[in-house]
Amino acid sequence: MTALQKKPESPVAHLSAGDVDAIGRELDAIRQEVLDSRGEDDAAYIRKVIDAQRRIELASRVLLLGSLFPPAWLAGTAGLSIAKILENMEIGHNILHGQWDWMRDPKIHSTTWEWDSASPAEQWKHSHNELHHTYTNVIGKDNDLGYGIMRVDEDQPWHPMHLGQPLWNLINACLFEYGIAAYDLELGAVVAKKETSDPEFRGRLKAVLGKIRRQVTKDYVVHPLLSGLAAPTTLAANLTANVVRNLWSHSVIMCGHFPEGVETFEKSSIEGETRGEWYLRQMLGAANISGSGVLHILTGNLSHQIEHHLFPDLPSNRYAEIAPKVRDLFERYGLTYHTAPLPTQVASAWHKVLRLSLPNDWLASTTPANAPVQVLALCRLATGGPKARRPQQTAA
Amino acid sequence: MTTTFPVRRPTLRVLRDRALRLAELVTTPLLPDDYLDLVAPLRAGADLRGRIEAVEPETRDAATLVIRPGADWAGHRPGQYVRIGVDVDGVRHWRAYSVTSRLDRPDGCIAVTVKAIPDGRVSNHLVHRTRPGTMIRLDQAAGEFVLPEQLPPAALFVTAGSGITPVMGILRNLPAGATDVVVVHSAPSPEDVIFGAELRSLHRDGRIRLVEQHTDTAGLLDPADLARQVADLAERTTWACGPVGMLDSLEEHWASLGLAGSLRTERFRPAVLVTGEGGTLSFTRSGTRLEAGGATPLLDAAEEAGVLMPSGCRMGICFGCVLPLREGAVRDLRTGEITTAAPGDGVVVQTCISAAAGACQIDH
Repeated sequence: MTALQKKPESPVAHLSAGDVDAIGRELDAIRQEVLDSRGEDDAAYIRKVIDAQRRIELASRVLLLGSLFPPAWLAGTAGLSIAKILENMEIGHNILHGQWDWMRDPKIHSTTWEWDSASPAEQWKHSHNELHHTYTNVIGKDNDLGYGIMRVDEDQPWHPMHLGQPLWNLINACLFEYGIAAYDLELGAVVAKKETSDPEFRGRLKAVLGKIRRQVTKDYVVHPLLSGLAAPTTLAANLTANVVRNLWSHSVIMCGHFPEGVETFEKSSIEGETRGEWYLRQMLGAANISGSGVLHILTGNLSHQIEHHLFPDLPSNRYAEIAPKVRDLFERYGLTYHTAPLPTQVASAWHKVLRLSLPNDWLASTTPANAPVQVLALCRLATGGPKARRPQQTAA
Repeated sequence: MTTTFPVRRPTLRVLRDRALRLAELVTTPLLPDDYLDLVAPLRAGADLRGRIEAVEPETRDAATLVIRPGADWAGHRPGQYVRIGVDVDGVRHWRAYSVTSRLDRPDGCIAVTVKAIPDGRVSNHLVHRTRPGTMIRLDQAAGEFVLPEQLPPAALFVTAGSGITPVMGILRNLPAGATDVVVVHSAPSPEDVIFGAELRSLHRDGRIRLVEQHTDTAGLLDPADLARQVADLAERTTWACGPVGMLDSLEEHWASLGLAGSLRTERFRPAVLVTGEGGTLSFTRSGTRLEAGGATPLLDAAEEAGVLMPSGCRMGICFGCVLPLREGAVRDLRTGEITTAAPGDGVVVQTCISAAAGACQIDH
């Protein structure tokens, strides 16, 4: 993938400024329809999900008190994984977006909610709602593009370090909530700039460590201790549920912006962006996951990532209903609505991580026949320093 | 036993607090309450809630809601109101209603009586669409519209429409013969008199003297009518509850008689008198910005935009809604008085009766 503005054939070249304005107006109308019909059923929906999540979590934790008995371990671990997934995705992520603020219920409000994630709600809201959702897929602005640890675009120069990125990505997936917390702290940048003694950073770090301490105490100390003899198996169950949740949320989020075909944008392209142009960037910068109602709930309706990016503050339960209208709009304006089943999207995103861990075009141009030559060339690039890499980069 | 009582209580409390802190370790980031609410929302220690047990029609546009309050309900004094938080179309609204029930109800429930006002979103919902089983939020009872410990020898209640509700709360709890009571009530027609049958029965039994004025035929109640109907008006301590216009004219009349001290009034809505140009309202912490009209209280405008605001009586009395004004100007809707703040100031303003008077910034 290359930033849209550098592509020889732009996928939006056929759209006039008038078309873009018209797209904006149509999307505003779709949004207004949902706002006008938002009401009792929606409120009942989120309360039902929260209620169900709490019951599943409670039942699973009680079941795990008997986790020495393998079926109890299995059922408890599965239940707790599902409860943690629901808590982070359909509940936490969406409440923190302010999707339910309109209910004026102080118990379900973006300013009062806290979630079971290492990143405190306040910090996550800033990096996610303000930065990622505003600068979606803008290279150099949206840190969600590779989380600052991966090369996810042809335009980013290749470095031998990137050979390891499939491994970093896997590790990040397992520890995703901590990765998010580090990323919300901008830990990498702060360390690089040697600003770790900055009091403002210290305050935020303290908040993160406090949350991690409380989570660890719950999942790895108190709950196992309450299980008595079953302490080790309960600890293993909680660890498993946390990893399952992390892998799941990482996969869902990768599917949102990483699959092949999703566009990125140049920094200069968003200057003076109109409402229509902002919508267009969200349309091209996200991908959906197709599937059943259960899948949609477990992904926190981020399976409707395109609709979510267009309308981040509409209640998540309404994305499915507006998706056909949004898709129709894509088709009428000759744009590609990226959607595919979960395995396809996950594979596509991982393919991109793998492809870009290598120099541009290396993977595509390698066949079993020329493999030895290609590997040799790669070794030369990897060990040859910046000078050896320069021709390859300008060629891209 | 009694001697050890004061010693045991704190120990129990300490134990309970420790148990609670231990429970918090397993419920973080939620609280133990969040789980207990699933099964026992009316328990002691929970946020104060109520469950609507019955909706009893009173007139074509009024109904009494029988509410089972949570265990922490501290009771009320007859004449007081209770604020209830009810979800209408999924959105939480708070309104104040007078408690009309007897203090000694055997089922421990309380009752409020609601009159559906035209275009009243909450009142219409409560009167016409609320079903038993609905959970609502409650505040503790409040209000000064109550009888004094030392009852006056003679009392006069002047009410109109739903203004009868706090008075009914008082009458139902007044021992027979405790004081000489006259009730002057006005409503469009005999059928529109809330608690009509009960009031007339009290009148027949000689417990009160009831004077009904039906405005469809006799016009609005004015001080002249009152003077004619109640000859010994000056000897009575008077409580009045009804529309703003009636209360204003009564206050004027009582003042002109030099009796201002013997009249107490109860208002359920602020009297909006002065409006003007609005402005941009912004919040320092949430960063929310919105256009607020010059006739809309800041509280309503902010809630409309999804901002979670502290609130109380919504009529400028309880000061539960005050927030610091950091910069800009607001207008008191009751008096037109302008309050301004220079950058960095923190003048506290009542958001329920203040509207934007130009750009203003609230610390919230």
